[in-house]
Amino acid sequence: MGEPIIIVGAGQAGLAAAEALRAEGWRDEIVIYGAEKHAPYNRPPLSKGYLLGETPAAQLTIRGAEFFAKKRIELCAAHTVSAIEPDAHSIVLDDGSRRQCAGLVLATGSRPRELGIEGARLSGVASLRTLEDSAEIGARIDRADNVVVIGGGFIGLEVAAAARKRGRSVIVLEAMDRLLARVASPAVSEYVARLHAGHGVHAITNAKVSRLVGENGSVRAVETADGRSFPADLVVVGVGAVANDELARSAGLACDRGVIVDACSRTSDPAIFAAGDCTARRHGDGALSRLESVQNAVEQGKSAAAALMGKDRPFHAAPWFWSDQYDAKLQMAGTSAQADKAALRGSMAQNHFSLFYFRGGKLIGVDTVNRPGDHMLARKLLDASLSPTIEQVSNPDFDLKNLLAVGAPA
Amino acid sequence: MTRITFIEPQGAEVEIDIADGWTLMQAATSQGVEGIEAECGGSCACATCHCYIEGEPAAHLPTPTQTELEMLDNVVAARLPNSRLSCQIKMAPDLEGLIVRMPEAQS
Ligand SMILES: Cc1cc2nc3c(=O)[nH]c(=O)nc-3n(C[C@H](O)[C@H](O)[C@H](O)COP(=O)(O)OP(=O)(O)OC[C@H]3O[C@@H](n4cnc5c(N)ncnc54)[C@H](O)[C@@H]3O)c2cc1C
Ligand code: FES
Repeated sequence: MGEPIIIVGAGQAGLAAAEALRAEGWRDEIVIYGAEKHAPYNRPPLSKGYLLGETPAAQLTIRGAEFFAKKRIELCAAHTVSAIEPDAHSIVLDDGSRRQCAGLVLATGSRPRELGIEGARLSGVASLRTLEDSAEIGARIDRADNVVVIGGGFIGLEVAAAARKRGRSVIVLEAMDRLLARVASPAVSEYVARLHAGHGVHAITNAKVSRLVGENGSVRAVETADGRSFPADLVVVGVGAVANDELARSAGLACDRGVIVDACSRTSDPAIFAAGDCTARRHGDGALSRLESVQNAVEQGKSAAAALMGKDRPFHAAPWFWSDQYDAKLQMAGTSAQADKAALRGSMAQNHFSLFYFRGGKLIGVDTVNRPGDHMLARKLLDASLSPTIEQVSNPDFDLKNLLAVGAPA
Repeated sequence: MTRITFIEPQGAEVEIDIADGWTLMQAATSQGVEGIEAECGGSCACATCHCYIEGEPAAHLPTPTQTELEMLDNVVAARLPNSRLSCQIKMAPDLEGLIVRMPEAQS
């Protein structure tokens, strides 16, 4: 048998790469090294069902032991890779041992961005990435009187919703002028703000946190730059994530806030591929973008596997994402960032709507709340470069599925 | 524990025991049954855990939610009257003997 393909990082992307390698026909060994002690697990429930106590930890596992045995994928949990050696085609583990490989996939994920202000290390200040983080936050929610969430992004808002559901008093502090500022349209931001207000969460925008105040080592209050102070015995920091690209950078691979990859998950080194949260994607026009989503991790993992087998499987599908807050299932497809027009289907007041975004008459993205059918349809339309007209979207009697049946480009 | 038969895409029959409260999807993916992707991990957001339910105990299944029905409209393989999303079916003792057939494709 030849050298194994080594995958660094036992998360969603690393697992997808391994599974796809077998499907693509790789016969030799596949070894996954993961720093965490667990088999790959789903992170989305960490701020949703698991945090709410609805989903037990055992049910988060993405694939069980039988899967790894059957597919002959060697999972080395609790093994951290400390260096990669592109020229020698090897990796170094933290115990100093070395292992040769026929190909390498970096799937090291990302970590929560740190606040870097006074008091950020006090007890009772937490961020959320791992199962342990979520268990810790869940236990603290039960003991807390006042929960302050710093950052009005998806993770922060989901934690706020969970803490509220568990009966806590919750304040969200967001530095920008609206919630979900980096990822959602102003209309969705407004909807989400109303949703939280309706459940008794106080979300304050333009609130720049300046320091955390403690007593006997535990957090007691959060202070903002404009002099306000909010009592807190649990502070959850959700201010974005940083790609774990250190291994790649130390080895001289091109990185820019992430390991730079093309549509086929190729890095600047022809024998090394990267997938998931640790990457920054270089587009045809030279622009770089970063996605942190399950879809991106899985698709890039599959593309990396194909590329290792010498095949191009570019990932061009419209990005999609979901977030569950209270009884709202928010799903996003494509992007709304560059939109010049939007059209509504359904009713925001009834928590049942879809917003279709256009640029120059072309559909570029769709956000839906509790309309999963529209979301799935939107993904198909976007992937096929099909656009409904604004009139068609605004007409509740027009069945958007007709567009797919006809298949005529708009 | 309830015994369920899965029929993998290539036709192989696999019997597994599932604890109450686990979904068909969780049980199948954790025990290495082929044919389910389950990209979203059971959030009813991906439609890659499609299956066909057969056998007499199917009568005991709760009806699908509106969300599941809308997702079922978008499965890749043929949607049949007995199509379900395996992440939305929780195990209960009255499902003993259920047969779960995997479609040829999920994505
Ligand atoms: C709370 C939360 C909620 C989320 N909700 C959603 C959602 O609703 N929808 C959605 O699409 N996405 C969601 N995401 C994002 C999604 O979970 C991530 O995009 C996805 O997990 C990325 O997968 P990955 O494999 O790139 O990284 P990860 O899953 O983070 O896996 C990387 C693994 O590599 C390990 N590792 C790092 N360095 C090394 C090393 N040197 N040696 C060995 N191992 C190493 C890490 O310990 C980690 O286990 C959420 C994320 C979080 C944290
Ligand atoms: S696992 Fe995604 S819909 Fe069932």
